[in-house]
Amino acid sequence: MSAAAVPVPSRLLGDVSVGDELPELAVDVTATTVVLGALASRDWRPQHHDHHFATERNGLADIFLNTPNQAAWFERFITDWTGPFGRPGRMTFRMRTSVFPGDRMVFGATVTGVATDATGCGWVDLDVALRVGDRVATTCTARVALPVDPSDNPWRRHGDRWDPGGAAAAS
Amino acid sequence: MSVAGGPGSGSGRDSAGEVLPAGVEAMIGRPMYEQTADFVVERAYSYNTCAATGNGNPIFWDDAVADAVCGGPVVPPTTLSLWMRPHYWQPGAAGEQVALQVHFDLKEIFGLPEAVMTDNTLEFHEPVRPGDRISHRQVLRSVSPVKTTKVGAGRFWVIDVEYHNQDGVLVGVERYTGFGYRRVEAVGGEAR
Repeated sequence: MSAAAVPVPSRLLGDVSVGDELPELAVDVTATTVVLGALASRDWRPQHHDHHFATERNGLADIFLNTPNQAAWFERFITDWTGPFGRPGRMTFRMRTSVFPGDRMVFGATVTGVATDATGCGWVDLDVALRVGDRVATTCTARVALPVDPSDNPWRRHGDRWDPGGAAAAS
Repeated sequence: MSVAGGPGSGSGRDSAGEVLPAGVEAMIGRPMYEQTADFVVERAYSYNTCAATGNGNPIFWDDAVADAVCGGPVVPPTTLSLWMRPHYWQPGAAGEQVALQVHFDLKEIFGLPEAVMTDNTLEFHEPVRPGDRISHRQVLRSVSPVKTTKVGAGRFWVIDVEYHNQDGVLVGVERYTGFGYRRVEAVGGEAR
């Protein structure tokens, strides 16, 4: 990147409203997807790379996406939307069913809150879902910080000025 | 680090007031397995994570963007747990090395051979940067009574993992809910 191409925020807090929907992300999951994600997150447990272990020991349909890799997929989905100035604060997710090779996973999200906290940090709350066909495999509630104006940058917040565990943002 | 006590001893109680093994009672609320990572935060795993998820965020790929936005290179926040995950094998290590040791302790104490993670909360504090050396500690928060689900009978437990960098600054907290279980068809007979 040249010095002339210093990035500017592509999405500000004021651009976002409750009820907004994020662009969907669809991914066809293969065994490689599962194994790549498990090894990238240093998860060596066999249910994430050994078909026979997953089916015969765990009683599952196949190897399946591991927890840290699902978190990484949620991060990618959210920051695709926010741009690089979006700073993840918190994610809580629940895996209802597993995601297996052969599944087409589709990420979608709705904005449920837009607010500025006591430190001036802008927060967006999201309800995110990972769907496979008609079933919701994983649900996620997420908080991500966005700049409140073009000169603001959540990544430059430290200590008391960064409170990802604060109360949920109100619209 | 070993876990004191064992199944069937003591008078601790689970979240429904039922008796828990003394070893489990002693674990609840007490920081355990305070450890410092064997290796520093490195970019290769940052790249691996981005490649595994198609993450093109330029703060992880372009140093000039990282400098401008983040004050220097950072790694994906959701890589938090991987910096403390042990090598699959290393010289002098006995047997397979496992992460989230409290989870595996509970499986052993309760005699539950299978387990899945059901809930996971991640809270991101100071950014993690290449070259950081991360430490963590695990805290067991609760253990449920015996419950039966479609995969088997067992217990849910909640474990917090707190992460700090080499300066003692909090970089993140994870809360895991695990379910240790015995498969339904194995109950009362054939063990697997």
